[in-house]
Amino acid sequence: MAITGLFLCLFLVIHLLGNFQLLLPEDEAQLQYNAYSAFLSGNILVKIIAYVLYISIILHSIDAIYLSFKSRKSKKTRYRYDARKRASKWYSRQMMLLGVILFAFLVIHFYDFWYPFKFGELPLDQQGNKDLYQLVIASFQNIGYVGWYSVAILALFFHLLHGFFSAFRSLGLYHPYYAQIIKLIGVIFSLLMCIGYLGIPIYIFISR
Amino acid sequence: MKLQLKIWRQNNPDDLGRFRNYKLTELNPAMSFLEMLDTLNLQLIKNKEQPVEFDHDCREGICGQCGVMINGIAHGKPKNITTCQLHLREFKDGDTIVIEPFRAKAFPVLKDLKVDRSAFDTLIASGGYIGVETGQAPEANTTPVPQEIAEQAFDAAACIGCGACVATCKNESAALFVGAKISHLAALPQGKAEREKRVLNMVNRMDELEFGHCTNTEACQVECPQDISVLHIAKMNYEYLRAKLKK
Repeated sequence: MAITGLFLCLFLVIHLLGNFQLLLPEDEAQLQYNAYSAFLSGNILVKIIAYVLYISIILHSIDAIYLSFKSRKSKKTRYRYDARKRASKWYSRQMMLLGVILFAFLVIHFYDFWYPFKFGELPLDQQGNKDLYQLVIASFQNIGYVGWYSVAILALFFHLLHGFFSAFRSLGLYHPYYAQIIKLIGVIFSLLMCIGYLGIPIYIFISR
Repeated sequence: MKLQLKIWRQNNPDDLGRFRNYKLTELNPAMSFLEMLDTLNLQLIKNKEQPVEFDHDCREGICGQCGVMINGIAHGKPKNITTCQLHLREFKDGDTIVIEPFRAKAFPVLKDLKVDRSAFDTLIASGGYIGVETGQAPEANTTPVPQEIAEQAFDAAACIGCGACVATCKNESAALFVGAKISHLAALPQGKAEREKRVLNMVNRMDELEFGHCTNTEACQVECPQDISVLHIAKMNYEYLRAKLKK
């Protein structure tokens, strides 16, 4: 869980950096973003990392299902009067729910962008690359899409808020000072990812 | 003061159990929670009813015997205390208090508020000790232990094994209990000799006993009477990975 989760965190950073190209001036953004997408799909090293990514998502999900299955309650072990929630954060207890939202988002995200780019027919830009840029911009001009995207990114924010520090704990980071630092880095990382991923569609929705 | 009590009554482990309501008048706010239960039991015995069974021993927060869910919280609302350290002054006159046993697959209810926590003993027997020759107590200074290491070990050793961590955890995990033991013994020279064997055995046994998996919600430390740090769980994870890699 921890290793796949941290790998996915690393991927989030790379993906966000790539997405920032969408914020360039329109003409430049189109050519550069499409060229970047073409480069990613053509590079063997990127392909290998992509497969590691798919495997990570699957393993992370399987592990989550296993953990939820293991902690399911029988009638005998369920409290009739339960106020235990005061002891922990809601997002720490609801990692599975947040994860399900993220998984649904990923399926839709793959269907909307990854599938048409890999297997669909897309118009070409001036440089002869598939015009993924226009597809992305069109999606981000749809209020419904931006709304759903924002919900998923907020789910990601809370998922990371717990997941980031929790991963380090699971890997055995027990030093009080460094555990504190990692918790702080986790909060900053979650905020940065949230602002970055939310900012791009909102900016495009408002400005285009 | 007066209190309404809603207490879980269950005749035996197979019984489905139910809440029963009781009313107590003429209570003193200086009474401890367990003294209040004693008062109730006296009343029940006088009325030729079955008294409420609950675990207790030292009544000074050391033995870890008393442990019930009070208004849905292990050991009641004040943080880092045991049930016997809870006093009626924490409640308002006329309050209703819901009292339930600790619930977990590994802690079956025996009767009323009494649960079988022998799974903790099984865990300790699987490695929560050091293998030394018995006989006379050795001279204390033969094995030097630096002060800060002794303090770290003692912080973990302060666990009284009450089971509030398991009762509070949404996954019913015993990670804080086992983590404290692993961390305590791995810190000291006497415990280092068996650290790999100990952590592997105890963690595996924890799974076998149907304790859940730790997902780091940190709820256990909040309700722990000794405020045992969740970082001991991280230390257990470290020791486990270290032992696995060494193997």
